[in-house]
This record gives sequence, C-alpha cells and structure tokens, in this order.
Amino acid sequence: MRIVVLVKPVPDTASSGERLRPDDWRLDRAAVPAVVNANDEYALEAALKLTTTHGGDVVLVSMAPPTAPETMRKALAMGAASGTLVTDAALAGSDVVTTTRVLAAALRGMEYDLLLAGADTSDGGAGVVPAGVATLLGLPYLSYAAKIEPNPDAGTVRVHRISPTGYDVLESPMPALIACTQALGEPRYPSLKGIMAARSKELTTVALADVEGGEAAPSTTAVLGAEAPPPRAATRVIREPAEDAAREVVAFLVERRIV
Amino acid sequence: MAGGSPIWVHGELAPDGTLAKISTEVATLARGLGESAGRDVVGVVVGADPSAAATELATFVSRVVTVTEPATADHAAGTIVGQRVAALIERDKPAFLFTGAGPEGRDLAGVVSALTGWGVLVNAIGVTWDDGPVVEMSVFGGKLTTTSRFTGEQGIVTVRPNVVPAEPAAKPGKVESTRVEGDLRLPLVKVVDRVAAADAAAPIEEARVIVAGGRGMGGPEGFSLVEDLAQALGGAVGATRAAVDAGWIPYAQQIGQTGKIVKPALYLALGISGAIQHKVGMQTADTIVAVNRDPDAPIAEFADLFVVGDLFEVGPAILAALRARAG
Repeated sequence: MRIVVLVKPVPDTASSGERLRPDDWRLDRAAVPAVVNANDEYALEAALKLTTTHGGDVVLVSMAPPTAPETMRKALAMGAASGTLVTDAALAGSDVVTTTRVLAAALRGMEYDLLLAGADTSDGGAGVVPAGVATLLGLPYLSYAAKIEPNPDAGTVRVHRISPTGYDVLESPMPALIACTQALGEPRYPSLKGIMAARSKELTTVALADVEGGEAAPSTTAVLGAEAPPPRAATRVIREPAEDAAREVVAFLVERRIV
Repeated sequence: MAGGSPIWVHGELAPDGTLAKISTEVATLARGLGESAGRDVVGVVVGADPSAAATELATFVSRVVTVTEPATADHAAGTIVGQRVAALIERDKPAFLFTGAGPEGRDLAGVVSALTGWGVLVNAIGVTWDDGPVVEMSVFGGKLTTTSRFTGEQGIVTVRPNVVPAEPAAKPGKVESTRVEGDLRLPLVKVVDRVAAADAAAPIEEARVIVAGGRGMGGPEGFSLVEDLAQALGGAVGATRAAVDAGWIPYAQQIGQTGKIVKPALYLALGISGAIQHKVGMQTADTIVAVNRDPDAPIAEFADLFVVGDLFEVGPAILAALRARAG
C-alpha cells in the first residue's frame, strides 16, 4: 500500500527562542531551528509500521518555506521513500484557508491508500487543516487516531478514535485521511544507514504555479500584535518537613479559594 | 437587535447526548460579545437527538436552532455536522461561528472552513469585540500571546476550555427546529463500536483542579496517590508523557505538547520536573503547586508554590490535611 504523510517543519519547542518578526508578525524562522512537528512524527512512524506489515512505501508532502528540505531529510531518514515540498514566496504567512486549499491541490493528482497527518502542530496548534483537506478531497475523515488497522483485501481501514470516555472504532473505505496522535506509538530514531540513504532520496520542490488549482488567496485573518504573557509571580519555596509543608500547602489553597 | 448579522455558537454534544461543558462556556462568551456588538447570538445543535442539548444551550442564548440528523447516531459526527452547519451558514448568513477548541470543535471548524472559505482563529484564550471579534491566542506553547482578527466579515473562532465561567442568561431562550436541504455529499465513516475504557477518568481539559504525576511516581501504584489527591480536591488526574509512555496511565490524561493543553484553577504537580514539552500544556494554570525532590527542577521556576521534598511523604500529608479539613 502507498501512504502519504503530511509533514510540517515547526520551530523546536525546546529551543525556547520562538518569536514573531515585529514588522509583519510572521515567525522569525532564522531565530530557531526547525524540527518535524511531533504529531507528524507519530503519523510517519505509524505509516512506516503499516508498510512494514502490508508492503508498499511512504511518501511525504509538505507546504513550507524553502529551508524545509533540511527538516524533511530527517523524515526521509526515518524511512520515507520520497517527498514533495510545495514552497513559494506567495505562501509565506498563509492562513488556514490557503494552507488547506494548496495541500488539497497538491494531493489531488497523487495516488495513495491512506493519507496521514498529525492531529495538530506545535506552533499554531490549529488542528483544523486535516479535516479541511479531507473535505476538499472528498475523502473519509477519521480523526484522533490511537490505532490504525487497514484491511487491504477489503479495501477498508479501521481506526480507534479517542473519545472522552474511551474510544470509538471507526471504519471507512480507503483511500481515507487519518489525523494521528501520540497514542499510535513512539517514533523511531533515524539509523545511521537511514541518514545516509536519505541524502540521495528524491525530494521534489514545486512552486505554487506548478500545483494545479493551487492559489494563494488573500489572508482571512490578520495578526494585530504579539507579546509575551505576563510573567508568573515569584515562586514561594517550602522546605519544611512533610506535615508542616502539607499544612502550608493547604493554607495556600484556602487563601486562593481553591478549597 | 440590529447592528449586523448574528453570531453563532455551536452546541457540541457530549457522548451521552447532553450539551458538552465547553459549549456552555463558549455560549457565555459569545453572549457577552453579542451584547457589546448589539448582535443576536444564536445556538446551533446538529445531532440524531439534539433536543436535550438544545434546551440546555437555550439557557445561555436567546435562540437555538436544531437540525435532526439521524446519521450521527452511528457515524463519525464531525464531517456530518460540519456539512449541515455549512449549509445553514449558506442559508442564514450569520457573521461568525464560535465553537470549542477540543477534538469535536476542531473537526467542525476544519470542515466548515473548507466548505465556506471562512478563516479560522484558533485556541482563543480571550475574545473582545471591536467591529468584529478580536481574538487572543496562546501560541508556541504559551510563550507568546498574539492578538488577531478577521480581515472580512466572517470567520470561525475555536475557544479553549476555562476561558470564561459558564453563566446562564437572565431568562431562557427559545428552541426551534429547522431542516437543511440536500444530501450529505462527503463520505460517511461508520462507528462500528463505542468502547468505554474500564478506567475512564474525568476529562482533564475542563477540570477546575488537576493533580498530575510524572516519572517520579515510580509506577502505576504510585498513581493511586495522585488519584486520591484528585478525589479529595474534586479534580481530575493528569500525567506527563513519560508516565503515559511507561503505560502507567492512559494517553487521554496526558498534558503537554503532544497531549492536552489545560488551564485549571489549580495544577498540583507531583514528581514532575517541568520539562518544556510538559510546561507548554499547563503553564497557563491559575495556580501551580509542585512537589519535587529536586530543588533545581525546572518547575521551580514557574510554580507559585514549590515544596522541596519526597512526594511519597508530602503527598500523603497533604491528603491527610485535606481530609482532616473536610472532616
């Protein structure tokens, strides 16, 4: 089976240096190293495991700035076969509507059994693009997946969707779009062999003009400003023996009207 | 009321068919915006049996419209509800749609945005009105707060839990049912089974109090202390990724970058170091209390109260003090 995984380079959360450029409130990509979005890594790991079981290969698709190939190589090193990057100056600062439309347009000519995406990203955290892409492509949409079980003979796929009380077992025909969570299992580290192999894997860069039906519409949203949230009050440190410390904790909770 | 097209609120159904708690908060927020803007606020509920949720939503807003859609009984709801809401938007021409920022709200927002071309502002932590919604969003895991608006007259806003406390309106509104013409064009996804987890815990996103444990709990047995404290405080149980990966507690309870983002009144952290991937999920809690053996743990930097000590001594002592207080 063929599985396409949508991947997005995001600023590394651990770097703590994320900032927006004050002139246009866009992410200052020079200020922070990029990594593959964590939930996309879970999607990729799930895809790699599925192709190990069922045969086939995994292909990456991304819409990102021109620096993205470096990040995508990391995903190729995990085991994806090839990748397509849609990159264009006209797409800088794209909103949800344009991102959804361009990704859907880029995917329209492709063949696959499953399309996997991370349930959300660690930068904007919208979590709405996968549902939008499925809608535009007319694909069955299965979200918040904790388990993916394709049945290639029947041409169907089952997904455990996390629910507030447990999980729902969903079933649809393939191809289908699945939004993936961490519950699918920890992503592998690229092996040295994988890293070497990734250097020569095919990574195709396409401009917006090459994506049939892709267009950058004027943004539906505008950022007015950005600031660091107000700092938290200074920490009160308690080093008393357990019972005294506990009394202080409870007194503090009473003071704050929590108990 | 005059002043422009109405503001809509999506009434999300909980698994038992009642109104999801997040929708009571979103409705309260939207009603306040409607008052500022001089616009009507209308609730929309779509489901196999929307009546109970609609009646509850009508205690928050003056008018609720329902669409009975039998397909959601045994099919994944997001795409179905999204199509019906998009069709209603096409017909009734509201200005803005507010929904929760949880899984159901996100699925709905994605589908409606794709069908209508409306923009989406996500994970609102505050909304004011200035000729349209002005939306505060927490980005990069809480490191920055941005303020945004729509460039046009329409848009969808997803709202985080615990942004405003739910408060019913002075008098209940009316509920009316409507029908939407047209077939569901997008493919249906069957629900083959709904499995209740044996240990289904209280949902953490909406909890007023969260007691969370990390690697320091040492194992699933250690989490019974977390559970006891959560019960004594009337709260829910949370966990770090390390505790979830170790299999001590289900993923649904995970807080952080690849888990849930929470904003409770109290976050009591036991044996949690406060690594950035966890911090981004809980740093906007009103009050943070942490117990950790390591005085240099990162959480010491952003907790309000930090107890340096063995959590298996301090935790039970807090529990005893709480129980003594409760009598």
